[in-house]
Amino acid sequence: MRHPEFVRRFIALLRKETRQMLRDRSNLAVGLLLPVALILLFGYGLSFDVKNAPVAVVLEDSSPIAREAVAGLQGSTYLAPAWVANMDAAERLLRAGDADGIVRVPLDFSRRLATGDARIQLVLNGVNSTTAQTVEGYVNGAIATWAQKQADRAGNKAPAVGRVEVVQRMWFNEAGNSTWYLVPGLIVLVLTLIGAFLTSLLIAREWERGTLESLFVTPVRPLELIFAKLVPYVVVGAIDLMLCLLAARFLFEVPLRGSLTILLLASMLYLLVSLLLGLFISGKTRNQFQASQLAMLVSFMPAMMLSGFVFDLRNVPLVIQGVAQLLPATHFMGLIKTLFLAGDHGPTILRSVAILSLYAVVLVVATQRTLRKSLD
Amino acid sequence: MSDGGATVVAEGLRKTFEAPGGGPLHAVGGVSMTLRAGELTALVGPDGAGKTTLMRMMAGLLKPDAGMLRVLDIDVAKDPQTVQDRISYMPQRFGLYEDLSVQENLDLYADLHGVPQNLRRERFGRMLEMTDMARFTDRPAGKLSGGMKQKLGLACTLVRSPDLLLLDEPSVGVDPLSRRDLWKIVQQLVDDENLSVIVSTAYMDEAERCAQVFVMHEGRLLAEGAPGALRERARGLTYVATPPSGTPARDLQARLIDAGTRIVDAVPKGGAVWFIRQPEAEERALDGLLIGIGYRSRPEELEDAFMMMLRQQQTKETHAAPEAPTPSPQAASNGNGDKPVIVVRDLVRKFGDFTAVASTSFDVARGEIFGLLGPNGAGKTTTFRMLCGLLPVSSGHLEVAGMNLRTARSQARARIGYVSQKFALYGNLTVRENLEFFGGAYGLRGQALRSRVAATIAQFGLEPAAISGLLPGGYKQRLAMATGLLHEPEILFLDEPTSGIDPLARRAFWRTITALAQAGVTVIITTHFMEEAEYCDRIAIQDAGKVLALGTPQAVREQAGLDGGADMNNAFIAIVEHGRAAGRGDGKGAGA
Repeated sequence: MRHPEFVRRFIALLRKETRQMLRDRSNLAVGLLLPVALILLFGYGLSFDVKNAPVAVVLEDSSPIAREAVAGLQGSTYLAPAWVANMDAAERLLRAGDADGIVRVPLDFSRRLATGDARIQLVLNGVNSTTAQTVEGYVNGAIATWAQKQADRAGNKAPAVGRVEVVQRMWFNEAGNSTWYLVPGLIVLVLTLIGAFLTSLLIAREWERGTLESLFVTPVRPLELIFAKLVPYVVVGAIDLMLCLLAARFLFEVPLRGSLTILLLASMLYLLVSLLLGLFISGKTRNQFQASQLAMLVSFMPAMMLSGFVFDLRNVPLVIQGVAQLLPATHFMGLIKTLFLAGDHGPTILRSVAILSLYAVVLVVATQRTLRKSLD
Repeated sequence: MSDGGATVVAEGLRKTFEAPGGGPLHAVGGVSMTLRAGELTALVGPDGAGKTTLMRMMAGLLKPDAGMLRVLDIDVAKDPQTVQDRISYMPQRFGLYEDLSVQENLDLYADLHGVPQNLRRERFGRMLEMTDMARFTDRPAGKLSGGMKQKLGLACTLVRSPDLLLLDEPSVGVDPLSRRDLWKIVQQLVDDENLSVIVSTAYMDEAERCAQVFVMHEGRLLAEGAPGALRERARGLTYVATPPSGTPARDLQARLIDAGTRIVDAVPKGGAVWFIRQPEAEERALDGLLIGIGYRSRPEELEDAFMMMLRQQQTKETHAAPEAPTPSPQAASNGNGDKPVIVVRDLVRKFGDFTAVASTSFDVARGEIFGLLGPNGAGKTTTFRMLCGLLPVSSGHLEVAGMNLRTARSQARARIGYVSQKFALYGNLTVRENLEFFGGAYGLRGQALRSRVAATIAQFGLEPAAISGLLPGGYKQRLAMATGLLHEPEILFLDEPTSGIDPLARRAFWRTITALAQAGVTVIITTHFMEEAEYCDRIAIQDAGKVLALGTPQAVREQAGLDGGADMNNAFIAIVEHGRAAGRGDGKGAGA
């Protein structure tokens, strides 16, 4: 290999790619502004936590003990109870969407409490099942707290034998805060996006404009082309990564429990895979429109839906799980969530990095093949 | 100059593609040739002859299916990179990076070819000087005119002196001025550096400059030899006839070209008609054809030999030749008498502060063929679009078919037909479906539509069930014209209708136009082929938005100040150069 020539050609191509990238304002906007928009959108706009959920409370039994039983709903930041006169009024609120649930204390509550089988009815608005489940959790929690106290007060009378208290504790995300697990996932999305939206256009554009034909009949080698196209976008990706990390740390206050170095290296590795996937699609389709459609379909959308960004992969059908395992995004998603919230876990790191490296190598070879100097 | 070595040796070379409609397409079907080093070699042939495929195989971009191909004594199929390190290749559409400046494009290719810095300065200086682009080094390549882009492409290809230079139709779609400049550069390099050049071209005057010419047709080699030797084939068969005064040369040309058994080819030129006699026909046979018309023999040209070869192929082949459809005279009179059908007064079109068309005035009479000529970016297309009502005018008066286009655009449109430069029909519809759709779009319904579609199919000799997108270039062009004539317009607008179709199809096309004009249809046409101006009654030459010459081809030739023998190409170059010299300094842009 004649190194000086290789280097000289690479620098010439790199200069050209960088100029082209910097002169294309719209591409630059996609590369730098879209990630910022995504960070803000997902960080603030998307949250599975429910705050101040309106709940209609119907007190058919107005005894002090009944009032006390539901008093716990009030002090919480998660629920906003509204006291209504009867069930009809409550149902109207629910139908109108002004209440996410109805808590009904029936007429015989006090009487049955004495016999030990008191009931409180909870009606939930199932239109939004995620919210309904969350509200259910909060209401149950509030009433259970009261029941616990009640039991403690009566504790002396009843024997404590056989009573088990479940002490819940959520690990890694103690507050159960959804931002904590969305923001690391967001990094995956942003890094995927650069490959899907930007590098997927690069080779196809050269085919469409006929520049590749001229370039082919020069001493240029395919690998030089690939790396010259990668480097400028690796820089853009690194800037985006920094933005994401800063936002995670200072805007959303997500803890980073693993090593920052490993996180950075793994992210850059995934960025490389994502960019290469874009380039490969670009070289394969030779058409900008098709390339961007395909990149959306096989790269960005699955990274959003199937990587475990939002939905736990263990709950999806086996076939989908199989598909998900094929995505580089899935492996990086698992790794980055672990690094952020659980800390360094050797086997996870090794496995993910090995898989991503394999992808990188395979994609370099595959992309190189699409750039074989041939118009056949 | 030939040093006896060979740059390219091919034996039994084949390359087959899948035809768009399925089945094999023998792009190159068994070609054997030896190209000599140190000289200019031309590959000539109509579209689809296999010139580009052959070039791409030489450049190592396509692998031959069979046969042997050695370039610079290297088996190019086995070792393309070694060949690519030593040759320079300019594809038909040179891929300039449009967002990079002229200088940056040059630098890129110099870096890729490893041109040392000290050589580079001298080379760049010479290239920029020869292409007359030293003033534009900072301009993005995308903002150059078509001709300038092509010159920059050539400069990028020639940043170093290669062992072999391949030029694939460098002058396609390039105006005569830029074409002349391109050839000046190539010629100079051949003279100074003993460069080996292979150039493919559709222009015979370009082939005439080459030492060796290979004539290709449908993937096969028809003939090879020096231009002088090839010309021999037409010896004694070439004549020039002068039409009686008052009749356009094209009417006589139409009559001659219709007599296929006696005449090989005929074209109007310099007010006369140049034609070739069929070798089988005796000279006496011409007398019956040219009663009362004087004719004399003239020296044969390469073009004559080329047309003869093409015509022979055409008659050999079984499939339908592009026969000249002759439209029946249409009832195209609307009682306007001798009033001009198009009146243009002080027409101006500005895009921002750029004046694309500056204060243009002309009239076009009924049944006239009016040609709009000009270099790339001269304002032809803009003028044309305003005439068709596709683009509003900035100021001035514009009347088409007796209607003011500023106030009655849609009424005027109903009376004009328009055939765009690109094939604008639906490729996946059949011929009949396309005709029916466009007929409907022009407002034809029911019985009227059916009878017009049937008449058009018969008139243009179309195959109604054929899928439009799979038709050959000349046929597509015919279909496009048929579509534009469905609603029997009084005026037909044709935007570069003959670019990219082969010479025989072009002859057939002009035969149809002549017939249309005889039937009273007014035809406005733009073209890159200067010799086609000879078919027009009057032409206008535009440059930088201004009309530089207006009148009959004869008058324009006289205005050029060249002697009577000047062809349209030279007249055009002289007029544009004169116009530019006069207008130097008053803000004319070279690009557009």
